[in-house]
Amino acid sequence: MHLPHFLRVTRIIMSPVVQLLVKRLSISIIVLIGVSMLIFTIARIIPGDPARIALGPNATAEQVANLRDKLHLDEPIYIQYAKFVSDFAHGDLGISLYTNRPVTTDIAQFLPATLELVFVAGIFMIGFGIPLGILSARYRGRVADNIIRVVSLLGVSAPSFVWAVILMLLFAFFLPLFPIAGQISDTLPVPPRITGFLLIDSLLAGDFKVFASAAHHIVLPAFALALSGIGQAARLTRANMVETYDKPYIEMAQSYGFPEKRIANRYAFRPSLIPSLTIIGLDFAAMLGNAFLVEAVYAWPGLSRYGVQVILRKDLNAIVGTVLVISATFLVVNIIVDLLIAFINPRIRYAGRS
Amino acid sequence: MRRVMWILLSNPLSVIGLLLVGTVIFSAVFADFIAPFPSHRGAVVDFSNFNQPPHWPNIFGTDLVGRDLFSRILFAYRISLMLGVVVLAIAVPIGVTVGLAAGYLGGWVEFALMRLTDVFLSIPPLVLAMSVMGLLEPTLTNGMLAVTTMWWPWYARLVYNITRSESQEGYVLAAEIIGASRLHIMFREILPNCVPSIVTKMTLDLGFVILIASSLSFLGLGVQAPTPDLGSMVAEGGNYLPDSWWLTVFPSLAILIAVFGFNLLGDALRQILGGDT
Repeated sequence: MHLPHFLRVTRIIMSPVVQLLVKRLSISIIVLIGVSMLIFTIARIIPGDPARIALGPNATAEQVANLRDKLHLDEPIYIQYAKFVSDFAHGDLGISLYTNRPVTTDIAQFLPATLELVFVAGIFMIGFGIPLGILSARYRGRVADNIIRVVSLLGVSAPSFVWAVILMLLFAFFLPLFPIAGQISDTLPVPPRITGFLLIDSLLAGDFKVFASAAHHIVLPAFALALSGIGQAARLTRANMVETYDKPYIEMAQSYGFPEKRIANRYAFRPSLIPSLTIIGLDFAAMLGNAFLVEAVYAWPGLSRYGVQVILRKDLNAIVGTVLVISATFLVVNIIVDLLIAFINPRIRYAGRS
Repeated sequence: MRRVMWILLSNPLSVIGLLLVGTVIFSAVFADFIAPFPSHRGAVVDFSNFNQPPHWPNIFGTDLVGRDLFSRILFAYRISLMLGVVVLAIAVPIGVTVGLAAGYLGGWVEFALMRLTDVFLSIPPLVLAMSVMGLLEPTLTNGMLAVTTMWWPWYARLVYNITRSESQEGYVLAAEIIGASRLHIMFREILPNCVPSIVTKMTLDLGFVILIASSLSFLGLGVQAPTPDLGSMVAEGGNYLPDSWWLTVFPSLAILIAVFGFNLLGDALRQILGGDT
């Protein structure tokens, strides 16, 4: 108990969770460097002159030459990459040829709306997917189980834009319960931008009317985005729990007459939580991509329209920047998921603490 | 094989899966004969009959230039399936080779190959395909290329995991002792044990390739007009909701049915062959 101070510090530093964090962070940095090289190379080896494409057929040869010079296109690719890295280290991703603004400004403007959508979808995914999986496993082989299994398989079986369109048709047109598009009612004032997340900004401004409107607007798109994740989470939770149900300690709990509900929620579910969390981390990546589809349907002012526009216009700086930021977000979320797993997994949490 | 078929047929869900997949494949192959208006796969215009709700003989209605939606959906299935087969035919051998090499050889090969796989896996699949597709010209060939670049890492990861555990088995050690070459051990000893998992994943993936390809064309980065495509049909019809609902509902359901069928079948195969994906 009364360890010398320095020993306690080394214990914290060497604790398994910290070691894991360090390992994860270093691998993520390697991966992020790889992603930047990959996307940078793809962007540079395309046929055709990006400067010419960006300026259009009416630009003069001089204008094209100027832009090529500005984008360092006439230099060898490794020098271009080195320049890109040194700019990136200064927080500069170059100028977007589409908006004529720094790419970082554009991304800072559009990313929060996308992240807000993805986070709410993530909450739906956990809040619906895991309980459905638990129910399905508890009533395995019975009607409830079969219904949940078919529904979650259906959820996985359509791209997000199909769900977006179907939900919009059902719950915005047929039953007008939710607004059709947008992030907030046009008549309401937009709260001052602090975090960029409308749900949080409106609360910070103390404007509950705006918050209610924003919450009302986000339900359908977030649910459309979450549906395949809900299906995934439910299927995986069920599969793992069914496996756990065969273990002797469950049989023991059952023979002691423990309530079925408690067995399901505590003893059978706990070991399945970790694989479920892992898949949630992976699904987050899929949702960052699928947000592009849902945003297009619901006219959501996120990164989607920007992303599609810059891709169609072959706006090199903006494409590289967008892909890098999305990948970095994904890596950060996965590190958080890994830490969460390390934290709830007693085998990792208590390791080395004998 | 007979045992597999018997188990498949004894489960109602997998029978539905088989039927759905069979119907989709059949209608894709024989689209020329089933479609009431085979010429509507191309740039045909029939303004006297445009944007009509479902009626006979256009059972799914007609689109904005008067083409029969049902016929176009059948031909869209053909293109989606073809795309799926080609993508898997390229992606699976690449992924399997990478996974085998990384899992069996270990050392720096493992480090380099698996980090490369991680790089691909950490870009959201749709974003990676979109970037490739957007930077190249949006054609069918480039669409296949774009989807292939995002598909092989999943097979690399799958085969890598199996190879790692199989490498510890006695039969691999035995082969090593009698002096079998590394290539022989990788492809003749370990690979056959990966096949059930690979087959299961391929069945599931045929559905998912259709899903991703339709997502790309939904964003305008896929197969271009006048080639019929489920994703672009939904995108086009989305502007005419809710009045012309058939423009979006039928192509959406077409995607759902095809992918659902492959998923049901893949799930059944997973239970029988025991592949973990």
